[in-house]
Amino acid sequence: MKKAGKTEEKIFKVLMIVSTYFIFAVLALIIYSIFEKGIRAMSWEMITQPPSGGYYYGKGGGILNAILGSLTLAIGSTVLAFLLGLPVALFINVFLIRWKKLVSFIRFLLDLIWGIPSIVYGAFGFTVMVFLGIQTSLLAGIITVTLFILPIMIRSMDEILRTVPIGLMEASYSLGSNKSETAFRIFTRQTVSGIVTALLLSFGRAIGDAASVLFTAGYTDNLPNSLMEPVATLPLSIFFQLSSPVPAVQDRAYASALVLTLIILVVSIFSRGVGRRYHKTKINF
Amino acid sequence: MDIDTKIQIQNLNVFAKDQQILKNINISIPKNKITVILGPSGCGKTTLLKCMNRLTDLYPELKVTGNIFINNQDILQAGEDINNLRQKMGLLSQRPYPLPMNIYNNIAYGLKLTGIHKRRELNRKVVSYLQLAALWDEVKGRLREPASRLSIGQQQRLCLARGLAVNPEIILADEPTSALDPISSKSIEEQFIKLKQDYSIVLVTHIIRQARRIADHVIFMYLGEVIEEGPVSEIFDHPKMEKTKQYMSGAFN
Ligand SMILES: Nc1ncnc2c1ncn2[C@@H]1O[C@H](COP(=O)(O)OP(=O)(O)OP(=O)(O)O)[C@@H](O)[C@H]1O
Ligand SMILES: [Mg+2]
Repeated sequence: MKKAGKTEEKIFKVLMIVSTYFIFAVLALIIYSIFEKGIRAMSWEMITQPPSGGYYYGKGGGILNAILGSLTLAIGSTVLAFLLGLPVALFINVFLIRWKKLVSFIRFLLDLIWGIPSIVYGAFGFTVMVFLGIQTSLLAGIITVTLFILPIMIRSMDEILRTVPIGLMEASYSLGSNKSETAFRIFTRQTVSGIVTALLLSFGRAIGDAASVLFTAGYTDNLPNSLMEPVATLPLSIFFQLSSPVPAVQDRAYASALVLTLIILVVSIFSRGVGRRYHKTKINF
Repeated sequence: MDIDTKIQIQNLNVFAKDQQILKNINISIPKNKITVILGPSGCGKTTLLKCMNRLTDLYPELKVTGNIFINNQDILQAGEDINNLRQKMGLLSQRPYPLPMNIYNNIAYGLKLTGIHKRRELNRKVVSYLQLAALWDEVKGRLREPASRLSIGQQQRLCLARGLAVNPEIILADEPTSALDPISSKSIEEQFIKLKQDYSIVLVTHIIRQARRIADHVIFMYLGEVIEEGPVSEIFDHPKMEKTKQYMSGAFN
């Protein structure tokens, strides 16, 4: 019996080690190939110029259109989702404190919506645009991506707001603050680094998604210049460049992937840093 | 209601899901006195205190019935003006929860809520309330540091200063010296004795000697009921109930 237990443990141990190595190997391979191929195609021109000769056939110029487009779109939708999401998250945690069942139902709904694939948001946005007679544009992209990241934004802020101890809420009310003061002055301040993390997480989702912008933001060789014009994005530039018949253009896809990876990497390192600071300044018992 | 009575509690019952936490409480809290609520752990002292400024509202699982009159107003009926009402009562919770801001702003936050915004007046009051809570000397050089860096005992005194700053009429203190060493406890006790000239104080403790040192009026609770209530000399020297006698002689510990 004892021996069987030991063999079992050994098998599990080997399994754990093998799968850990396997996952790391795959990850390393992905990152290596992006860097290896990306750096070969990378040049100063790549990140400072829009493409010349079209994104599908053109070998000249760069991907500045997609870099700026992606940043504008992601920042725009993150800000919008934050402005809409923070009040909702605060409402759930401060105003609805007596309605536990309602709150868990809202959380359940948000988690359901979280799981909807982004292409569905894209299709939804497109349907609405057709109905209203609107062209693909930065604005349509921002609105669609905002809807797509809103549940992520709300739920991650909600999770951090949940950690605020009820004693702090009692303290705030005892001093005579009303519910909004408690929400916006006490709760937000207590969770500020967690909220920043939620922002960065949502930003990462927004900038990395291709499906939600495919029909709504469109694509263009131009730099973003108007809310009403289509805008290029990095995920779509990867998609179009890779599907080009010209090998030189295909290589450029890896440069786009490299830029996108670097942006996301910087954002996640940044959010890690914020998270760590948050834990440091927590109440010391 | 007697003019010397600050808070009058009548037939107060608090029910949780499957237990009754407070059972038919009838007590009166005298004005400008220190009323000590004594009793073993879990007998409902904190809950009674929370009823007095309606923090029980935050717990949907609790059902509160009865009347609590403060200045002739039944606070359990009060609707919109609950924030004002809470401001009249400074609460010191059993565990300190400093506001997520620096030491200075922990005091200034409440001052601003009461309508004080001039920098000079804020500065003056912050200093005087920190002095009142016997904390000033320890923090005067670090007012811009986050309050969470203070030790628990310092946080407790910060919460006292913060509670006094909103100019309450009543101080509700839930074991305010539980994290303090004997010397700091003594100094807080002395502060309370001074403060009773201007405030009515309700203090929860399970330290019998502390109750004896500072109480004017004593309420002894056991398993959600008030067993006995009266002036300190009566409760300590001539208790009527057998339970009170046992508790005072330390038979519960
Ligand atoms: N929100 C709640 N829901 C259910 N039961 C509760 C709730 N709050 C308190 N109780 C119960 O009510 C009883 C009294 O709690 P309370 O905190 O008032 O005791 P206490 O006298 O302050 O004890 P201590 O001296 O340990 O602080 C306890 O049995 C506790 O478990
Ligand atoms: Mg208690």
